[in-house]
Amino acid sequence: MSLDAKIPQGPLAEKWSKHKFDLKLVNPANKRKYDIIVVGTGLAGASAAASLAELGYNVKSFCFQDSPRRAHSIAAQGGINAAKNYQNDGDSVYRLFYDTIKGGDYRAREGNVYRLAEVSVNIIDQCVAQGVPFAREYGGLLDNRSFGGSQVSRTFYARGQTGQQLLLGAYSALNRQIHAGKVKMYTRTEMLDVVVVDGHAKGIVTRNMITGAIETHAGHAVLLCTGGYSNVFYLSTNAIGSNVTAAWRAHKRGAYFSNPCYTQIHPTCIPVSGDHQSKLTLMSESLRNDGRVWAPKTAAIAEQLRKGTLKADQVKEDDRDYFLERKYPAFGNLVPRDVASRNAKEMVEDGRGVGASGFAVFLDFADAIKRLGEETVKAKYGNLFDMYIQITDENPYKQPMRIYPAVHYTMGGLWVDYNLSTNVPGLYALGECNFSDHGANRLGASALMQGLSDGYFVIPYTLGDYLAKIGPKKVDESHPAFAKTKQDVLDHVNKLLALKGTKTAEHYHRDLGHIMWEYCGMARDEEGLKKAKGLIQALKVDFWKNAMVVGENEEVNASLERAGRVADFIELGELMVDDALMRRESCGGHFRIESQTEGGEAQRDDENFAFVAAWEFKGENQPEELHKEELVFESVHLSQRNYA
Amino acid sequence: MNGNMNLTLKVWRQKNSQTAGKFVTYKAENISPDMSFLEMLDVVNESLTLKGDEPINFDHDCREGICGMCSLYINGHPHGPKQAITTCQLHMRTFHDGQTITIEPWRASAFPIVKDLAVDRSAFDRIQQAGGYVSVNTGVSTDGNAIPIPKVIADEAFNSATCIGCGACVAACKNASAMLFVSAKITQLGLLPQGQPERYRRVQSMVAQMDEEGFGSCTNTGACEAECPKEIKLTNIARMNNDFFSAKLFREEEIHEESHGG
Repeated sequence: MSLDAKIPQGPLAEKWSKHKFDLKLVNPANKRKYDIIVVGTGLAGASAAASLAELGYNVKSFCFQDSPRRAHSIAAQGGINAAKNYQNDGDSVYRLFYDTIKGGDYRAREGNVYRLAEVSVNIIDQCVAQGVPFAREYGGLLDNRSFGGSQVSRTFYARGQTGQQLLLGAYSALNRQIHAGKVKMYTRTEMLDVVVVDGHAKGIVTRNMITGAIETHAGHAVLLCTGGYSNVFYLSTNAIGSNVTAAWRAHKRGAYFSNPCYTQIHPTCIPVSGDHQSKLTLMSESLRNDGRVWAPKTAAIAEQLRKGTLKADQVKEDDRDYFLERKYPAFGNLVPRDVASRNAKEMVEDGRGVGASGFAVFLDFADAIKRLGEETVKAKYGNLFDMYIQITDENPYKQPMRIYPAVHYTMGGLWVDYNLSTNVPGLYALGECNFSDHGANRLGASALMQGLSDGYFVIPYTLGDYLAKIGPKKVDESHPAFAKTKQDVLDHVNKLLALKGTKTAEHYHRDLGHIMWEYCGMARDEEGLKKAKGLIQALKVDFWKNAMVVGENEEVNASLERAGRVADFIELGELMVDDALMRRESCGGHFRIESQTEGGEAQRDDENFAFVAAWEFKGENQPEELHKEELVFESVHLSQRNYA
Repeated sequence: MNGNMNLTLKVWRQKNSQTAGKFVTYKAENISPDMSFLEMLDVVNESLTLKGDEPINFDHDCREGICGMCSLYINGHPHGPKQAITTCQLHMRTFHDGQTITIEPWRASAFPIVKDLAVDRSAFDRIQQAGGYVSVNTGVSTDGNAIPIPKVIADEAFNSATCIGCGACVAACKNASAMLFVSAKITQLGLLPQGQPERYRRVQSMVAQMDEEGFGSCTNTGACEAECPKEIKLTNIARMNNDFFSAKLFREEEIHEESHGG
């Protein structure tokens, strides 16, 4: 199958406008003849479901949580970028586009990223109109702050809860359509498979998580808005329930999976405190506006800090190394996430890590408190400081925070073209679930932007084109493909329930996480990746032999849910390792030790790797087939990223 | 590890909404004070699963206090003994070695039990669906800065908007009233210019849905405010009552007109 990204011809700034005009429309009276399935109710899913219902389509919306408002977008803290240039500091659509392409280390499509920057301004207007209470200045106008990888202030925010407020805005729009009868909402319902008929996606199979009922749903198109796969690492900043199952099952039905090795390790998370830990908590990148990252200059001082014989605030100014400010004077503490993370790791490897475990550096607010006063710092970051206190029992107003990188976001995902369509016609992927806009590294405050861009402003246009072409005639659930797919799901569930071994799914998940973090985390090399592949294959065999799943299908069964998700994560883990092995270059979050500059920065190999990897599933335990979509750069010049 | 604890848990177990439930006692052993409360339950569940027993079912997701999915009535308090946090943010250092901890689900007839400690809070969604929104379609073209909003108003609206919909207010209330939850959304939108056109219609429809769901009335006890993990203030209820009476007394016609004109 050819990989046509369907990027419109013409000048960059005119591609989207021209494309919108070229897309076919479904007339208002005909829209009600189409049924659309939207899986996931985060920013992408809720905004898509609401917008499509407003247009007149019949929408079925699904989430595994007890309410659409719980989707993990809610936990996004820092903000959302938009090229409004309200600060008069030189921002523009082109600059946001350029920063995002560069931040992604030139591994994203120009066309997609430019469109993202272009519609960013509409997103803010839309959210304000919904009553999203963004932060404002005393004059009543919207306030901005700065985020990593940019030299302008273009990030809109609602204290440290921007994701919550944007999601509740999208949730309210969704609620309005549920009330109007245009969206039928299915909560506590997990998607377990895609139904493909004659090469087109025509529905899904779900499991009711209360009754266990395996059900089928038919539609003219299926939109996967099911988030990322950070939980393949077991410990991440994602919610416990965040999983790859919907995307992975779609992959096994033919959808290509792109750039799975592109994972983002966020530099400022609360360090791991012990083996019991179930998740990691992010401290927003916005903190780097005022917080200064440092490590002690010598291993000897670090040793005293680790033992607790010396306190952080007692370390003399001369004994501190503000390593980001030192190495990257132009961007300072606001370098992109991948750069900040690798530098923290270097400090630890240099023996200069702090905290009881030694796996941490400091994020210090003493200067900010001196400059702005504790009250101002509290008003800006109070909820984050509170979270830190709850988890660590330490007071960041008095002592610097201890932070360390943690898995936070996955740039890889289902391959989609410019229309957000996967290579399976009728199957779309939006938000973090797709791979399209962030290249090899996502800049801060861009995930919310992409989720809402895809849902509010892209899919309502591009989906219509497909629907107009296929016409309103529906393949309903009586088609044998539905019964067949349902049986496959039942077989899978029964296979899981038959596991009566000695280790819980949680146990396997933890083991998988260790392998991924060790060999496919912040730094990767050939030898380690090969080792990881063997370990994952052995883990898979062990899982299907020795895992323990309790209970039955016909009830609430967390053990079954977890086992199904872990089984999919194990398979995904192997593909991530394959992808990381194949990509013998460093780029953004993918750091191959063999490929670095003299200064230790990621060294790309544009000649051989300026392409999107798209993997095709070829059957159980078969090697996947690699397809390549060459990246064409017409507007930007590829250069070594330099934040100094 | 030093300082680890052994605890006795009395946990409400109930197979589903149709069967009767009961307290079952478990031992939680060698619990680190750095664990979160839910991580402590993970440990108990891991050992139950390995014995082939069904793990204790509870709702949870983000584990950082924002998704609103976790609940639990711990030793007589929604989200446990500490103020202004959710159960997932509660850490075991709050408890001491040898302590007995009683864990119950939210108790309210409008929140039927799903299984064990998980309840059905879909009534909250239905109340929001009845009117918790500004009726704007995607694609508005008004610039976000076209309507300046005083910072104090925006901040106050934000304070109400931080409600996470967990249901602790209902669980804390002797009447199982949902007034704090409902009033938070009404206050957020009622304070902002965007919310004005539907302000009185909204309060009527949301309150009507709240009543239909079987939540109790407010008797100004204030337990909801005291237990709210996001510190939503009781003044939200005052604002809601104000709007509700105003709508009833002076704006029936306007509301009637709107619903016909809609």
